[in-house]
Amino acid sequence: MNPLGKLDWSAIPFDQPIIMAASAMMVLGIALVLAWIILKGYLPYLWREWLTSVDHKRIGVMYLVLAMLMLLRGFTDAIMMRAQQAVAAGGAQGYLPPEHFDQIFSAHGTIMIFFVAMPLVIGLMNFAVPLQLGIRDVAFPTLNSVSLWLTATGILLTNLSLVVGEFAKTGWVAYPPLSELQFSPGVGVDYYLWALQISGIGTLLTGINFVTTILKTRAPGMGYMRMPVFCWTALASNLLIVAAFPVLTATFAMLLLDRYLGFHFFTTDGGGNPMMYVNLFWVWGHPEVYILVLPAFGVFSEVVATFSGKPLFGYRSMVGASMAICVIAYLVWLHHFFTMGAGAGVNAFFGVMSMIIAVPTGVKIFNWMFTMYGGRVRFTAPILWSIGFMVTFVLGGLTGVLLAVPPADFQLHNSLFLVAHFHHVIIPGVVFGAFAGYHYWFPKAFGFRLDERWGKASFWCWFVGFHLAFMPLYVVGLLGMTRRMQHYDVVSWQPWLLLAAVGAVVILAGIACQAVQLVVSIRAREQLRDVTGDPWNGRTLEWSTASPPPAWNYAVLPQVGEIDAYWQAKQGPRGREARPAQAREYEAIDMPRNSPTGFITAFFAVITGFALIWHIWWMAGFGVLGAFVTLLFFAFRRQEEVEIPAVEIARFERAREREAAP
Amino acid sequence: MSVTATLDGVPRGIPASEAGPASKRIVVAFGFWIFLLSDIVMFSALFAAYAVLMRATAGGPSGVELFNQTSVAIETVCLLASSYTCGLMSLAIARRQHLLTYLAAAATFALGAAFLAIELREFAGMIARDATPQRSGFLSAFFTLVGCHGLHVTAGLVWLIVMMAQVAVRGFHDVVQRRLRCFSLFWHFLDIVWVWLFTVVYLMGVRP
Repeated sequence: MNPLGKLDWSAIPFDQPIIMAASAMMVLGIALVLAWIILKGYLPYLWREWLTSVDHKRIGVMYLVLAMLMLLRGFTDAIMMRAQQAVAAGGAQGYLPPEHFDQIFSAHGTIMIFFVAMPLVIGLMNFAVPLQLGIRDVAFPTLNSVSLWLTATGILLTNLSLVVGEFAKTGWVAYPPLSELQFSPGVGVDYYLWALQISGIGTLLTGINFVTTILKTRAPGMGYMRMPVFCWTALASNLLIVAAFPVLTATFAMLLLDRYLGFHFFTTDGGGNPMMYVNLFWVWGHPEVYILVLPAFGVFSEVVATFSGKPLFGYRSMVGASMAICVIAYLVWLHHFFTMGAGAGVNAFFGVMSMIIAVPTGVKIFNWMFTMYGGRVRFTAPILWSIGFMVTFVLGGLTGVLLAVPPADFQLHNSLFLVAHFHHVIIPGVVFGAFAGYHYWFPKAFGFRLDERWGKASFWCWFVGFHLAFMPLYVVGLLGMTRRMQHYDVVSWQPWLLLAAVGAVVILAGIACQAVQLVVSIRAREQLRDVTGDPWNGRTLEWSTASPPPAWNYAVLPQVGEIDAYWQAKQGPRGREARPAQAREYEAIDMPRNSPTGFITAFFAVITGFALIWHIWWMAGFGVLGAFVTLLFFAFRRQEEVEIPAVEIARFERAREREAAP
Repeated sequence: MSVTATLDGVPRGIPASEAGPASKRIVVAFGFWIFLLSDIVMFSALFAAYAVLMRATAGGPSGVELFNQTSVAIETVCLLASSYTCGLMSLAIARRQHLLTYLAAAATFALGAAFLAIELREFAGMIARDATPQRSGFLSAFFTLVGCHGLHVTAGLVWLIVMMAQVAVRGFHDVVQRRLRCFSLFWHFLDIVWVWLFTVVYLMGVRP
């Protein structure tokens, strides 16, 4: 009996040069970064100020860092697939063997949805929501840190599968019976399931945290109809998290029971029902689409209003549309598998609902256009991302309405037309939105703006590259090319796939521009410095505090009287003097104390996850015990808060006013 | 008509939505409610799976042959009674009476443990009759749904021990009181899930 379960040297794919080279680069990269941190003596700082931080702003930044790193990994997978399909036509087999190609498309989808798109939107919500609400932190700061580190655990396990073992070959949805033990006996599906179970718990805790924060801890005077739209969309998104992620947890738990203990939930024998998995998966999966896109809609609303110098057109209809989407999101899941054969009545219902959900989205598009109409639009990078989104997303949404027609869907199901469609909504919707938010809030987070020229260059590369990469997929999809093909016989598809590969390279240029932008901006940070705290002439409360904000965000909680509270304050009789005057008295503030609970829990979660994947039962028990003891320590700690003395706050405020003075 | 806040020293006349951040007591309880809602969603997925697989016995035993309603009735009484003692515990906490708190907690623990013991005996009996979760889709769904509730009860018992240790160490500190309130919400929630479970699994399951 091997004490390490199924784990032995054969788990490391020594015979696969591509995987070994990628793994070696990853390991080397991590080792170099770690060595640099340790040799420079940054480790104590990193531990004290970041890894154990419960400050929502720092947690938000860490989410975004994770997302950006994983974007590189997910994009590498993407460009490898594009390269493979560009060459593997006719009799050619390309450079990727089928079992490797299968892992790449599965990892690409899983990573992009769970470890890029999710951390992007959760990172932005973490950073901006408490600031916009005019408060000092989220409702449960330590829980927030646990969420972050559980997400990081999922990311680590997924990347570990590259080196040790394999990843799922089932596609990112892992449908049974293919994902059952009988057809996927390896550890790939187990990596997928445990990585997503653990990070899913983190996401659920985020949802609970933000629903509570938004509903219960807004600044005085901020009634619901005075909340910034981004907070509204964040609320809708987090409500969806709370109502959708538990379904995913239950579904994956059932599949795990099938795989580990021989249950019969989704098997083809013993009375199991594979279609039940597909239904349950999409009961989570379709709301997930809106979990991702709603916060991005919020970002666009903030950006469009700010850079048009006008209040958002139709605030109430925007709120109504967000909440309508939040509800209807649960009534469309079946359109992911009209071909199940549920019958005309059921398919018609879900088809009609899928078309109806396009209506509130259309309302939003018109609201953004009317906001810009008659405004003095400043064409900065964030607004370029927003306009690019509107143009692109409308077309992507239209192909969605087309797919919502069941007879059309029967033809297009599982084709590259579908792949083109969902990239056509997710990339402009979520990715462009996140990049707009990144550019928009970057000066708030770090105290200096990002370079505009490189930002615009990046936008144009992404915009052009996106269309080059995905419009051809619509064509080959209509010509009958199904998704996930390692090679194909129809040579006439090849020109389109070559074009798509060129598009992927142009997107790569866009990503390179973003990397350059970051370096250039950091080097020129003195010229780009934002001393006022309000670089864009903003409307919402986050722009009223310093950039970067102090740990306590606001020396005195703002009193909100209207929507666009900060804009109104700036327009007030005393203009900018409406802010607290210099001589004001400050009170000491209690802030939550930093805690290593999240990091240590995640450490044990990694051990548990890895042990369960490889059937190392003693180690799994050790990991669970470790996590439990960690939580016990947290439950028994005495000192939960640290007091920031009034003099320190007064000193900070005075220094800030000196700096901001012209 | 606007809802006016009267709790936690908020001045009257201001709508509750404009009263500023709620007190820690309310925030913690509210957050825990949201967690319970998410847990209900998870159970509903398991209920849905059970409903789908209820007749998928694959030639194996069905609910009619397996369920012993007497033992389930005793189980139910134990759990409902434990909810009552949990309520008594809340009253004792409100009056800051240590002894009564410990007594009510002990009764809650004993009844919860009895519930679990009977449930485990039922499981063991079924497995002895070769009605294992591996036998059929129906039994997979049954063991998962009922077992998930049982796991929740187990977690509740562990939590109760930890909370009594906290009362012993820190007394009725604010933090401890907030956590005890969450515990009692959790315990009553398990009762509600059991009522559904009892109805769907044990009552509807024995219909011919």
